[in-house]
Amino acid sequence: MNTNDLILQTATKIVSFIILLFSLHIFFAGHYNPGGGFVGGLLTSGAIVLLLLAYDIKTVANILPFDYRIMIAVGLLFAIGTGAGSLIFNVPFLTHAFGDFTLPILGKTSLHTAVLFDIGVYLVVVGATMTIIQTIGESE
Amino acid sequence: MSAVAEWTIVICILIGTFLSIVAAFGVLKLPDVYTRNHAASKSTTLGVLLTLLGTLIYFYATDGEFNARIVLGIVFIFITAPVAGHLISRAAYHTGVELSERSVQDDLSQKK
Repeated sequence: MNTNDLILQTATKIVSFIILLFSLHIFFAGHYNPGGGFVGGLLTSGAIVLLLLAYDIKTVANILPFDYRIMIAVGLLFAIGTGAGSLIFNVPFLTHAFGDFTLPILGKTSLHTAVLFDIGVYLVVVGATMTIIQTIGESE
Repeated sequence: MSAVAEWTIVICILIGTFLSIVAAFGVLKLPDVYTRNHAASKSTTLGVLLTLLGTLIYFYATDGEFNARIVLGIVFIFITAPVAGHLISRAAYHTGVELSERSVQDDLSQKK
């Protein structure tokens, strides 16, 4: 059967960018509003799954050349690294620090090391979800 | 909250819920998949859009907070709901779901 996915693919091109932007918003809003690394990661993998639905696995692997198992490892390293970093300053494991900084473009922002931990959660969630889905999708 | 904003909110949300009810009746009453899909995808899209618009105006009028996520949701539903309806209809046609007995023309079947 000759199928033509033009409408789905064109809609995906626009919609996946909206989902990716919203996942970034959810990720960075996590400290003061509902959101955080987990939902942000799930939304990002949702956008990639939409790309997988509209195109095939090889095309998506060309667009996003990530090895998702390495992504899980990097995420765990981020999480452990923020935890172990507190040991350098002679405070208990996983003690977080924050401070107000004046950045060149953004102006006065408060930076918190919990964001680094959240990046770890985000990477692990994206990596685990995409590993599961790609492993199931590739087996025939 | 001013009276204009109040009435706009009430009218938006009431028309939105009314359109959703109309869509539900359409799904119950219409004869085949394609006409049901026509009712469901069109009027629920507009119904949800108007409800979200009412919510946006409500939070802007009461808290003075412009919620950009609702605008993003409106745009998102406006793009995705018709595409979802199209895909469901096409999947139904390709798996051989019959048209209603009252249909007079089937252009896609003559192309095969």
